[in-house]
Amino acid sequence: MSESAATNPLAAPPAHRASPALHHQFEELEQQYDASNFGMWVFLATEVMFFGGLFTAYIIYRSIYYPGFVAGSHGLEGDFGAAMTFILLASSFTMALSVHAAREGKRAMLVVLLLLTIFLGIAFLGIKFTEYGHKWHEQMVPGLNFNPSVEALRGAPGNAVELFMCFYFFMTGLHALHMIIGIGLLSVMTILAWRGKIRRDNYDRIEVSGLYWHFVDIIWIYLFPLLYLVGGRYK
Amino acid sequence: MSAESPSVRTYSLVFVALLILAALTTGIAYVDLGTFNTVVALAIAVIKMCLVGLFFMHLSSSHGLARIVVLAGFFWLALMVSFTLADVFTRSWISPPGP
Repeated sequence: MSESAATNPLAAPPAHRASPALHHQFEELEQQYDASNFGMWVFLATEVMFFGGLFTAYIIYRSIYYPGFVAGSHGLEGDFGAAMTFILLASSFTMALSVHAAREGKRAMLVVLLLLTIFLGIAFLGIKFTEYGHKWHEQMVPGLNFNPSVEALRGAPGNAVELFMCFYFFMTGLHALHMIIGIGLLSVMTILAWRGKIRRDNYDRIEVSGLYWHFVDIIWIYLFPLLYLVGGRYK
Repeated sequence: MSAESPSVRTYSLVFVALLILAALTTGIAYVDLGTFNTVVALAIAVIKMCLVGLFFMHLSSSHGLARIVVLAGFFWLALMVSFTLADVFTRSWISPPGP
């Protein structure tokens, strides 16, 4: 090999390509893994700001219209909220185990755990949409059929309760949209894993899918007390 | 790649801790603590977030870059929330000049 080729890294391809999973722009698998991980974390930082706008608005309007927020929150089904929390935490657990199975190269285990995670995600959405149905039936959907009974308002001004229901539908709706995207993502990963395309040298796609799934779980960890438990449940 | 990642045992312990904390959040809502109901509920949420972040998202074993991004995310969120609240809650301090 000439001297110029030895000093210019672009002049000649690397002597060996360690793995077929290594994309041409990376030097080694570790660098590739770090790059995909970093990319997902940066995306999640933008997601913090995406949800952050709603959380900021929530803080302001909750402090201005607190009685309306308490009344609206007491109108939600706390058991549904708690059940969804447990289901989503369980799905995060199976997701963490999926990443572990992928790292160990256990294909059958990976497929089973991913399917379990998807199932728990669908169960979460099932309860969520059942609750939306109840709210529609109680005429608590702002803009479409907001006409609640006097008991549902619990003495609070109607427009304040309507504002709370706006936050309820926008925050849980944006969260549900993320769940649907996550379920789609994990479905693709399940098919790839089933076909044996996930190996120990390219499991980073499972890892970053897991990061996304856990992030969506963290959003719900905050939504549960902020929407379902305003002013406590002791009254 | 991360040097070492949590074992199945660690994941299971974290999951049990998360379930207990979730039960605690729900249970404490039925106890009258006044304004501290919200404080306690959010404190538990922060602990749950840290458990998920450190162990399920491997921040405990990943190197600095991911942690810097997480801190940057929270820093921008803190900027947005604090400046917005500073605007809204000080509007009544100065009345607009009038005749």
